[in-house]
Amino acid sequence: MIANYGYKDGSGDYFIAIDTDKCNGCKDCIDACPYGVLDVGPDENDPLSDEEVAFVTEAERKKIKYTCAPCKPMNNRPPLPCMAVCKKEAISHSW
Amino acid sequence: MITMGIDLGAKNIKVVILKDNKIIGKSNVLAGFDVEKSAQQAIDKALKEAGITKDKIEKTISTGAGDKLAPFYDEIKSIVGCDSLGAVFLHPAARSVIDVGAEEGRGMRCDETGKIIDFEVNEKCAAGAGAFTEAMSRALEVKLEEIGPLSLKATEDIPMNAQCTVFAESEVVTMVHNKVSKANMAKAVHDAMASRITSMVRKIGFNKDVVLVGGVANNIGFVDSLNKDLDLKVVIPKDPEFVGALGAALAAAGWKGGK
Amino acid sequence: MEEKAELWRWTESRWTNTDLNWKGKLITSGVDVGSVSSQAVILADGELYAYSNMRTGSDSPDSAMKAINWAMEDTGLKLDDLTYTVGTGYGRVNVPFSQRAITEIACHARGGNFMYGPSVRTILDMGGQDCKAIHCDERGKVTNFLMNDKCAAGTGRGMEVFADLLGVSINDVGDLSLDVDEEPQPVSSTCVVYAKTEATGLLREGWPKNKVLAAYCSAMAHRIMTLLERIGVEEDFAITGGIAKNKGVVTRLEKEVGIKIMKTTDYDTQIAGALGAALFAKALVEKGKK
Repeated sequence: MIANYGYKDGSGDYFIAIDTDKCNGCKDCIDACPYGVLDVGPDENDPLSDEEVAFVTEAERKKIKYTCAPCKPMNNRPPLPCMAVCKKEAISHSW
Repeated sequence: MITMGIDLGAKNIKVVILKDNKIIGKSNVLAGFDVEKSAQQAIDKALKEAGITKDKIEKTISTGAGDKLAPFYDEIKSIVGCDSLGAVFLHPAARSVIDVGAEEGRGMRCDETGKIIDFEVNEKCAAGAGAFTEAMSRALEVKLEEIGPLSLKATEDIPMNAQCTVFAESEVVTMVHNKVSKANMAKAVHDAMASRITSMVRKIGFNKDVVLVGGVANNIGFVDSLNKDLDLKVVIPKDPEFVGALGAALAAAGWKGGK
Repeated sequence: MEEKAELWRWTESRWTNTDLNWKGKLITSGVDVGSVSSQAVILADGELYAYSNMRTGSDSPDSAMKAINWAMEDTGLKLDDLTYTVGTGYGRVNVPFSQRAITEIACHARGGNFMYGPSVRTILDMGGQDCKAIHCDERGKVTNFLMNDKCAAGTGRGMEVFADLLGVSINDVGDLSLDVDEEPQPVSSTCVVYAKTEATGLLREGWPKNKVLAAYCSAMAHRIMTLLERIGVEEDFAITGGIAKNKGVVTRLEKEVGIKIMKTTDYDTQIAGALGAALFAKALVEKGKK
């Protein structure tokens, strides 16, 4: 499943997509993110499955444009820590 | 040299007339629905204050969201460029400028001549602009000019969940039902707004000389929340809403920093 | 305070399958407590037996209780007869008689699969305070989704703001918006606050209400289209939720997507989430038995 967490508002599209088929629930992304945006747990959108996957925490879903901003400076943007740490390449950002 | 700057904002039209880099006339008129007519009124008012006629103006620059709606102008200049020019003129150490207007929030970094290095704009979403505090004061049934002082009386930090102005209106109504004090709610409104502006500014980076301009700079509740969030004291020039128009008039005069 | 006409108020509904006798069957239920509306669905051995759809009250537990009681009205069913209940929606953790809470994404996919059949691949749910675009497989399992509940544009709430501004009942918005000789330019602002200012300006220019509504419905259709683009639209394509009842948005969306939207079934389009929850309740009972 591709789980797109985030939103679109008048100013643009802000989504973090997690490919739950690729995600192995290793939790590396939890520590990599400096702002607690990601967590790992049962897949709430696949209630009959017992596997744990990464997701964007409920509290952050409506403000990732702001929370993720420090990792996305205007100039010389480094690789995003959450994406860099994910061996399975399961995480992507839309902006 | 006499020049004029016109800033056609979403809600107000500001005009500044400069003579040898001194303000000799200014005006602020509600844009209303007939922007062109309001702009003419604003210009007439400023000319009257300056005690001169239109033909004495050597150059006019128009800026802001409705820049092309000015009845006459020689040039158009971006509002971020005008903001930073105006800010550096008033506060020569300014290198970061925040402009929060009625429908837009802007953050910019500039050099000592007011030239833009980087900027970020939050437009098209009311949550990051003056429209947010305006809608919230309506929901709280508090006058817009009172919501700032009111939030300074807050006794508790209450988080606001809604990130959208329309949803925040319902949230405020729920808070009213739950007997949250209006002062605490006003603070929640300004904290939410300040955190959005702060993240925009963090994205472009800032140093300690941050100048805040635009009409929302007159809201001391927002300024207080912003200062706490940025962990510094922003500089607010006198008449912060005129800084864009001032910058336009300065640009018309060819001012490039210094004296 | 002066009384204002409640223009946003849509029609509540309930239904019972009178041909069915629930006695001796496995009774499962799903309750969807949304920000604006709440639904309860009761299944007997996996067959749709009864449902209710009503406005959400001031608190979630109370709304859940009212919805299930209305669905059970005159059926002889009591709360104790419900073997398993799943809560879903915005207030899903506050359904007092439920055994489990499941997200509305999972429930809408499952419910949409039941309502429209296994050929459904894309489900768009336009709720009161959110908009969900879901891809699912032939079993109703989610394969791709996005949900936007941050911004009021493209939600029922946005439409309510407009109905209120124009003094038009929410039930009439769709038909009125289609009653124009020529399709106007869509409202250019996405943000509901700015769109409202824009619409006020249009009214001042002398635009009739239906033309303004047409401009807004078309802007909303476009906005939903751009959301759908993120996950893509695969046939068959179905719409659930309150705005599915607004022909003004649906007709225009159909034109933009270029794919025929599946005909609404006999069921109320707003029950998809609760229906999915009730189906999960049945699946969980069966899973527990294994």
